[in-house]
Amino acid sequence: MLYTMEEPKKSVKEYILQEFLPGENPDELTDSTPLITGGILDSMAIMRLITFLEEHFRIELQAYETGLDHLNSISDIAKLVQSKLPVKVVG
Amino acid sequence: MVVQQALHQFLDHSARKFPDHIALDEFGIGTITYRDLASLSDRLRDGLYHLGVRRGDRVGVYLRKSIDAVAAIFGILKTGAAYVPVDPGSPASRNAYIFNNCSVKAVILENRYEKNLAAEMGQGREMPKLFLLEGTGGGLPLRQALEAAQEKDPAPTGDTESPSLDELAYILYTSGTTGGPKGVMLSHRNAISFVDWCSETFDPNEKDRFSSHAPFHFDLSILDLYLSIKHGATLVLIGEEVGRDPVRLAPLVSEKRISIWYSTPSILSLLVQLGKLEQYDYSALRTVLFAGEVFPVKHLRLLKTLLPRPRYYNLYGPTETNVCTFYEIPNRIPEDRTQPFPIGKTCSHLRTKVVDIQGQEVPVGEEGELCVSGPGVTQGYWNLPEQSVTAFLENGFDQRWYKTGDVVVEGEGGDYVFVGRQDRMVKKRGYRIELGEIEACLYGHPKVKEVAVIALPGEEAGILVKAFLSCREGKRPSLIELKRLCAENLPLYMVPDIITYLDTLPKTSTDKIDYQRLKEMLG
Repeated sequence: MLYTMEEPKKSVKEYILQEFLPGENPDELTDSTPLITGGILDSMAIMRLITFLEEHFRIELQAYETGLDHLNSISDIAKLVQSKLPVKVVG
Repeated sequence: MVVQQALHQFLDHSARKFPDHIALDEFGIGTITYRDLASLSDRLRDGLYHLGVRRGDRVGVYLRKSIDAVAAIFGILKTGAAYVPVDPGSPASRNAYIFNNCSVKAVILENRYEKNLAAEMGQGREMPKLFLLEGTGGGLPLRQALEAAQEKDPAPTGDTESPSLDELAYILYTSGTTGGPKGVMLSHRNAISFVDWCSETFDPNEKDRFSSHAPFHFDLSILDLYLSIKHGATLVLIGEEVGRDPVRLAPLVSEKRISIWYSTPSILSLLVQLGKLEQYDYSALRTVLFAGEVFPVKHLRLLKTLLPRPRYYNLYGPTETNVCTFYEIPNRIPEDRTQPFPIGKTCSHLRTKVVDIQGQEVPVGEEGELCVSGPGVTQGYWNLPEQSVTAFLENGFDQRWYKTGDVVVEGEGGDYVFVGRQDRMVKKRGYRIELGEIEACLYGHPKVKEVAVIALPGEEAGILVKAFLSCREGKRPSLIELKRLCAENLPLYMVPDIITYLDTLPKTSTDKIDYQRLKEMLG
């Protein structure tokens, strides 16, 4: 299966909206909306997000990958997920 | 000085010593001497006996501030009953609740309030006896009502009661944070011990002219009424309308040569901003007392600049203890000071201590809940035995400590500094959160109209911070926008977990946000 950047973004966005922004208009949450510095994800939320990423995408995250540098936007999270996924060419 | 046996004896004593002094000056209406006030209160006393009022009863006072109202208060005290003053501006339903709650035997009221009160009180209960006045003003309506009653059905002349110091003098109802208003029971001892502390601290005499700004259902009125009358001074009655209008109030304070002023800070702030104080002569003003709220330093500084002569005092204390700490504002207030002044040191007739959650005293310099003990402290709440117990620290000894619910810390020089209301401060994952700070932050958004932030028990995190808001017309701010506003102004752990939009926030009967109802809301 070939993952483009779009798939992780979509499911991450859905997860964040559902778990941390109930009732919010999805258009308000962009790929670059600051999640941690914007007060949307606190330390408990980050832990839940990491569990979701690991289970949903079957990846393993290291401690140094769970901070501000990697999780502060949907783009950044997608990039992180992408980097952990095996890439196969469909052909 | 005569040893006080009961509160009303201040009046009779001053009537003997200063019979022709003006006791009350009802602004714009008229005055009354000590002799006449004493005699008017005696006649009402007899009228109340004739209605069946006896020592130990409660009698409601549903009158606008006036000479009539003061005479009514003393007439009630002289029967040995306790007076229960209500706010004529409050809904009749609230006042009816209060009168039913403490089973008043009678109510002295203006006939304009009768219909609505009777409608609310009815409901299958026995109505108290109503003593009706055509209105209020200068004591005339009271006189007329007494004369009319005397003609119809003369009341025999009776005697003034001498209740013991621990019998009730008045009950003041405060809005509880939970449930309905609570009746704080206050005895003659409670009032007199406080008034005597005032005498010692502010040294009044018969030439003083006191303001009566606070309504009689607020405990600030205890100082106004009884300190003034104890010393044979003149009490200038200021009605509600003029009292909230700085433009009319400023010249009044000057004209009436008020020497001792006591009020909440908010009217002082208004006076200093809108009263054009520099136009008037305040040379008579020697003491300014304020209590009930924090006084913004910039307004206090300006007031002291305009009126440098008086001594200024910050007084602190809940209704349950009346004033329990005090602080004299220093002569000079540095330009850059923004921090509110301390609430100060304990009044000499009381004792205080600062305790932790377990009720143990904290080391000096640590925060904790302020507790108060001594003759100024209430016996409890009328007919609320459970709350009357939980409001006090359990103690093996016979000292009762009232828990104020206020968090303080003892600072430099032994002065207490007010930190915040205990129930508005919570801990989340070890961090201290002041819920009011979160509210202040959300108010910063131009689209936000009203905010209330509460803490609820949460699953993993211990507590959940929930914000309710109502917005102005137009597109409401998004959750993301609001969370970002908080994240930019507060520590991240103070960003609310849940934000809920409401059309309007629920209010209590005294028009404050109803936090209890918000806590009970599901979802």
